[in-house]
Amino acid sequence: MKYLDEYRDPALARHLLDELRNTATRPWRIMEVCGGQTHTLVRQGIDELLPAGVRMIHGPGCPVCVTPLETLDRAMAVAARPGVIFTSFGDMLRVPGSDTDMLSLRARGADVRVVYTPMDAVRIAQERPDREVVFLAVGFETTAPANAMAVLHADRLGLTNFSMLVSHVLVPPAMTALLDDPDCEVQAFLAAGHVCAVMGWREYEPIAERYRVPIVITGFEPLDLLEGILMAVDQLEQGRFEVENQYVRAVRRSGNTEAQDAVRMVFRVTDRAWRGIGALPDSGLELAESYRQFDAALRFDVSGLCPTEDPECIAGAILTGARLPTDCTAYGTRCTPRHPLGAPMVSAEGTCAAFHAAGRTKEVSPS
Amino acid sequence: MTLACPTPFHEDEVVLIGHGAGGRLTAELLDTVVLPALGDQSGPLEDAALLPGHPDLVVSTDSFVVSPLFFPGADIGSLAVHGTINDLAMRGAWPLALSVALIVEEGLPLAELRSVIQSLGKAAHAADVPVITGDTKVVGRGAVDKIFINTTGIGRRRGALRLSAALARPGDAVLLSGPIGLHGTTVLSTREGLGFESDIASDSQPLHRLVRALAPLGEHVHTLRDPTRGGLAAALNEIARDSSVAVEIDESCVPVPEAVASACDLLGLDPLIVANEGCMVAFVAPSAADEALATMRSLPEGRNAVRIGEVLTDGPRGRVTLRTLVGARRVVDMPLGEQLPRIC
Repeated sequence: MKYLDEYRDPALARHLLDELRNTATRPWRIMEVCGGQTHTLVRQGIDELLPAGVRMIHGPGCPVCVTPLETLDRAMAVAARPGVIFTSFGDMLRVPGSDTDMLSLRARGADVRVVYTPMDAVRIAQERPDREVVFLAVGFETTAPANAMAVLHADRLGLTNFSMLVSHVLVPPAMTALLDDPDCEVQAFLAAGHVCAVMGWREYEPIAERYRVPIVITGFEPLDLLEGILMAVDQLEQGRFEVENQYVRAVRRSGNTEAQDAVRMVFRVTDRAWRGIGALPDSGLELAESYRQFDAALRFDVSGLCPTEDPECIAGAILTGARLPTDCTAYGTRCTPRHPLGAPMVSAEGTCAAFHAAGRTKEVSPS
Repeated sequence: MTLACPTPFHEDEVVLIGHGAGGRLTAELLDTVVLPALGDQSGPLEDAALLPGHPDLVVSTDSFVVSPLFFPGADIGSLAVHGTINDLAMRGAWPLALSVALIVEEGLPLAELRSVIQSLGKAAHAADVPVITGDTKVVGRGAVDKIFINTTGIGRRRGALRLSAALARPGDAVLLSGPIGLHGTTVLSTREGLGFESDIASDSQPLHRLVRALAPLGEHVHTLRDPTRGGLAAALNEIARDSSVAVEIDESCVPVPEAVASACDLLGLDPLIVANEGCMVAFVAPSAADEALATMRSLPEGRNAVRIGEVLTDGPRGRVTLRTLVGARRVVDMPLGEQLPRIC
């Protein structure tokens, strides 16, 4: 278990925490963008061990959480159609739409299947030419290359019964949108290591410079996060604002150029609505013109969608770090993983679900 | 008035796959649908029940619907034997006999059925438990997934073991007989072709001999449970709830095999929630903990036994906490339903 143990060593964790305590001379607010990092922070209780004043703000980086309600409602309308095999990653199945979720649709007879890669969906389409196979393509830059490859493969195979409902989102526009908010409290970012493994970090350099904000590319193990936080605090204390790479074992500056090429070939940048946040310009991907025949939104004419969020849910404030889950009047009572009102309570990487799983009940926003 | 019910559709009115996953949804289904219809059920729901009027006789029943039928380390036949033997053993009972009921899908190749039954017979023979009665039904194609097996077991309690999920006490040591997560990740990997199956095998095995070895410790052993569906997290939460105690375990002490950790990391699953079929947790009085641990380690099925935590002398009743690797504490919650692999 060497590769894991190295990044979960309790003695090293204590050492990094001591370093942090010695380094931080005043309060700092750092946002981890990625839901996977939120999950590790909360599951390991790292945020509770940080020196007084160093506070983590949980960012919008859970792809399940930010997928717009309209997309979910559209997905469920498509999945409910006879003759459709609807495929998705597992954690999308429990996300509530306006009226229902995929698991409930499946229980009522819809053919909804969990896949582990989009290529599984392509394979199903090959095996079942009599059925329309739809894949729900959501996620950040991390999942986009595999989805692009699936489209290219389906195209090579000449499949006419495969399509994607695309709702990809991009990290840098979300970071700049947060920083443009006059109420933004974020002083430094931990950038998601796996996103940067694909995209590199050149996109982050102008953000760090323009907004004078340190950005540390960070992995997902407990020691990765502690080291990333330490590097961010170190920059803040020294008045530096650079892009630094904690995740050197997986990330290089130019990223994975082959993956980027595939994404550029199949998708194009578009405006995208983020659940709980709203529309952000140039913050998403959609299928490029030459691959529109695989666009499920065009193939299935779905009308009459009336997406309605629960008015009590403060998902937007949670996803932008403005509020903590425990600030929500519905948290843990009317909103639980069993009956989520909003997406952050659904995915294991959602901030509300992570807090709930860890039994968090007492925190309130320091503001 | 029409015959159509005007009540708006409510999602809770259909059974979800998660209702069978051994977590919070399963408990909800039992509490709201099953138990009210069967009459008052007082006290904890145990792995096996004492037969009314026969204080030493214990009965347990279980159905096995695993897919695929064969996977590294076990198959549905041996699993059906081990599962029921273990449920009896968790009440301190030595298995006397089993019944086996088969529901077979039309079209199942006889070779597959033969393999399953031969494995079942071999497992029963190896455990020294006779199969004394049974039943076979064949249903139309699609009505079941190849074959479902129900096994019912009768056991007799011997010695001074008087075990219950409600008997854990403050100060108890929490012992675990072996590594966690093997069965669940093996079945998932084999079913979905995830590529881990060459590195892992189900831990399915009978635990009655391990329990028999603990019998001399008598009343010092308070609670045994095999963490099957819902994994270690569900088992500990059930015990904490039924005994009204606070349980704390140490993450660094919980043995998670490398292949299980890798699979869980990649899929976003929590090893604490993944199913097991060949290990058990034991809540033992502190004075007997070392002896219990040594006893467990003296048998092959308990050779990797470890102490993973204790029952706190004060703490929130019914709550399970974990001391994390980096030294913080967090709550280990009862899992909701089935685990869903995450997006990235």
